[in-house]
Amino acid sequence: MLDDFMMRATLAGLAVALATGPLGCFVVWRRMAYFGDATAHAAILGVALALGFQISIFVGTMVVALVMAMMVSVLAGRGWAMDTTLGVLAHSALAFGLVAVSFLPAVRVDLTAYLFGDILAVSRLDLAIIAAGSALVLGLILWRWSALLTATLSEDLAHAAGIHPGRERMVLTVALAVVVAVALKIVGALLIAALLIIPAAAARNFARGPEAMAFSAVVIGGIAVWGGLQLSLAQDTPSGPSIVVVAALIFLLSTLAGSLFQNRLGR
Amino acid sequence: MSLIAASGVGVSYGGRRVLFDIDFQITRGEIVTVVGPNGSGKTTLLRALLGVVPPSTGRVTRAAGLRVGYVPQRLHIDPGLPMPVARFLSLPRRASKAAMADALARVGLGDVARQTMSTLSGWQFQRVLLARALLGRPDILMLDEPTAGLDQPGVASFYRLIEDVRRELGCAVLSISHDLHVVMSASDRVICINGHVCCEGAPHVVRAAPEYRALFGFGTGGALALYQHDHDHAHDHNHDHGHEKDHAPHAG
Repeated sequence: MLDDFMMRATLAGLAVALATGPLGCFVVWRRMAYFGDATAHAAILGVALALGFQISIFVGTMVVALVMAMMVSVLAGRGWAMDTTLGVLAHSALAFGLVAVSFLPAVRVDLTAYLFGDILAVSRLDLAIIAAGSALVLGLILWRWSALLTATLSEDLAHAAGIHPGRERMVLTVALAVVVAVALKIVGALLIAALLIIPAAAARNFARGPEAMAFSAVVIGGIAVWGGLQLSLAQDTPSGPSIVVVAALIFLLSTLAGSLFQNRLGR
Repeated sequence: MSLIAASGVGVSYGGRRVLFDIDFQITRGEIVTVVGPNGSGKTTLLRALLGVVPPSTGRVTRAAGLRVGYVPQRLHIDPGLPMPVARFLSLPRRASKAAMADALARVGLGDVARQTMSTLSGWQFQRVLLARALLGRPDILMLDEPTAGLDQPGVASFYRLIEDVRRELGCAVLSISHDLHVVMSASDRVICINGHVCCEGAPHVVRAAPEYRALFGFGTGGALALYQHDHDHAHDHNHDHGHEKDHAPHAG
């Protein structure tokens, strides 16, 4: 079964959707959309470092994504505006990454693969790493769900209930770094943020509660992965962008349907 | 045995002294009202007692296992987050349907459990915040400007509700208000702060004061009392803690 590259690609995509669904909801609720973007961009620097130091690309991207996320937290905590901080760090990391890659001797690095991903080239080992990474993130979010949700709603309410908002923020930061490292190979740095945000945004149009929204985001992400791969197979389109295109179409449909039933949504 | 105690607590934001020399404690079943003008640091005091803001000097001690029912002044729920009332009441700990219905009835709300938080009126929203705080069976209720935006009968009925709740649960109540003169008549103590504790004591009920009656109206059911400030120092001389100058940029 796993000998079929389409089967491996679909399973890998579904595994990523399982993690990006609920994580994407938190990214939307906390208005961290560009945080995901910035972390993903920084991952390119991780790819360059990994290639330069001959270490696993998963490890390289993960370390850079984590460092990046922590730097953002620290700088934002010192009073820098979040969008400015993200802008400086994300573009710098991407540029440093691209420059660093050009220094790598005699290595023909196909950067497009890391910018846009290459889901059809997922190996059995890749699939195992992706599945493990997604399971880790999903487990982390399920375990901390109630605390994460309370801290997202209000840090003061969380404090009063004995929850440390800083710790929950760290949980999300780590989860985001893991997802970026894991998903980089599939949808690529530029499209990770899309897979985080678009399914969650589409789910918001009809979900009645936070749990329903997270679940719907997983389902929508799964449909996008499956539909995108089918589209890619049938029309010979690039697979990563095809997945995002399908997700975007679902968002469009759910927004149209949402505005038709707006009164019932109580918004 | 106090539930929360502060000794010599001071809080500074970026070198700006917001609170200093605060000694405070509250015991089980006590109702304490903190009053102070805007920018006097009363919200900062509440946040320091909650543990949100670490004190820069002194220390805050909370009783082990203290259950705090916190009712914030405002709560912004991101429009991207769908939040039914029933789900909100279950944060962070699950509450049973019956317990939720009880809590909602207790705060005078009907069957709003299935509504979305964003569809509630300001009055309903605040009662839901209180219901959520009560569901945690708190040892202490902490209310941040609970009567802001309420008209005078609304203030009176809210204070009566708090009194009833205190009697039923036996919890302490710490409430802060920017209204210097009208406080809960059930308050055991009123603490007036402006950076530091200016004065404190039992609320003095002015019985025969027609001008205050005219100002605050009749029919409050005895829920409102006038607190007479007994400052033992003047603020018009040039000493080192010029309140307005130092604290004005911080909203209370």
